Amino acid sequence: MITIVDYRAGNLTSVRLAFETLGEPVEITGSADRIRAAERIVFPGVGAAGSAMRTLREMGLTDVLRSALARGVPFLGICLGTQIVFERSEEDGGVDGIGLLRGTVRLFRSQDRFDKVPHMGWNSVAYRRPHPLFDGIADGSEFYFVHSYYPDPAEPETVLGVTNYAGTAFASVVGRDPLVATQFHPEKSGRIGLTFLQNFVNWHPG
Amino acid sequence: MLTKRIIPCLDIRNRKVTKGVRFRDNVDLGDPVEMAEQYYRDGCDELVFYDITASAERRPIDIEMVRAVAHAVRIPFAVGGGISTLADMSRVLLAGAEKISVNSLAVQNPAIIADGAAAFGSQCIVLGMDPVRVPDRQRFPSGYEITVRGFRERTGLDALAWARRAQDLGAGEIVVNSVDADGTRQGFEIRLTRMIAENVRVPVVASGGAGQPQHLVEVFRDARADAAIVAGMIHTGACTIPGIKTELAAAGIPVRQTW
Repeated sequence: MITIVDYRAGNLTSVRLAFETLGEPVEITGSADRIRAAERIVFPGVGAAGSAMRTLREMGLTDVLRSALARGVPFLGICLGTQIVFERSEEDGGVDGIGLLRGTVRLFRSQDRFDKVPHMGWNSVAYRRPHPLFDGIADGSEFYFVHSYYPDPAEPETVLGVTNYAGTAFASVVGRDPLVATQFHPEKSGRIGLTFLQNFVNWHPG
Repeated sequence: MLTKRIIPCLDIRNRKVTKGVRFRDNVDLGDPVEMAEQYYRDGCDELVFYDITASAERRPIDIEMVRAVAHAVRIPFAVGGGISTLADMSRVLLAGAEKISVNSLAVQNPAIIADGAAAFGSQCIVLGMDPVRVPDRQRFPSGYEITVRGFRERTGLDALAWARRAQDLGAGEIVVNSVDADGTRQGFEIRLTRMIAENVRVPVVASGGAGQPQHLVEVFRDARADAAIVAGMIHTGACTIPGIKTELAAAGIPVRQTW
């Protein structure tokens, strides 16, 4: 069972459909109890960090998510979900995240008028460390991104994959087992994205 | 690096893909879900659906079709046609679309852009615009006037001014559909597309006039578009998406080639 955390940060339809395509049972919930009982957690998110963190706190979920990770529950962050696992984001005048990973989330500052913000479209991910979630996916494969802020991890060993945009090589896949978090949207990244999600479903972090 | 996006556009009338300038042709090209699935398998980067019936007859968008597409493809797709309220937008997004396109109704009520962006995020709101070349540079400094309702009505709006305003209101992406090039398959309007691409911060999608892969090479290299719409050229089978991408890659344009 995949537990998709619903903290009112964007449209969860694509994430649900992707797991359904894989034949995986899915629950979508904002209930602390359901999340405490989760076997496998997906933490998606689209939108702004400020309101997302406010909602997460209001729903009392930040500690529940921290405990799940401490218990070793496989945890996949996606897009905004990836950004708010960090300590801090520059967005909305500065927002404190959940702090599961050390680092800051920064705004793309493009020097070239044709480097548009948001970073929108298919861009390649170069692996920095091997990981079971990359199984069957060639190094340098393209995934779908849409974001204006990007992770800047403080701990190099948490950088799993890197992508180039607007003169910046940013960490597009981060994590420390049992957490993996992607800036891209695997649920919108075609067959390759489905392979990534299937790898997450099959993953038993040591 | 970020690749250029190839986006098939499917105009829908009564649950059938239709050909031609909006509101005028009735040729049935096929089932939208089947065609969407085929293009997805062929490696297109996104899809866009315009519900002509919804737009022309002020009826709600065909939500069952949106749902069927969302089940069939695992890439982003946009839906437009008669969307005028937040409730319309919400229904379409919850059915599985990634983005909403607004056009004529945004000209009538620009607040719909801001309201949509505030409710769902700018990345969900695409402004479609249909500029036509005009000679009066006093009234229209950019050289183009915005039209609406299938190109039939003039609005008095300058194309560049409208694009900037839409961006400031919160549109996350702009589709520039040249009225003069639309349906001609003689190439995109490079001057118009470049002007918008140079002067807005958000991604710009070129639309109107694609007839052969070389047109896409030009619109990416010379007009600096971030994405390009293709319609007739692939619906008729004259070109295929893999064929287009091979030519783009050969010309040095970055495109996604594994899927």
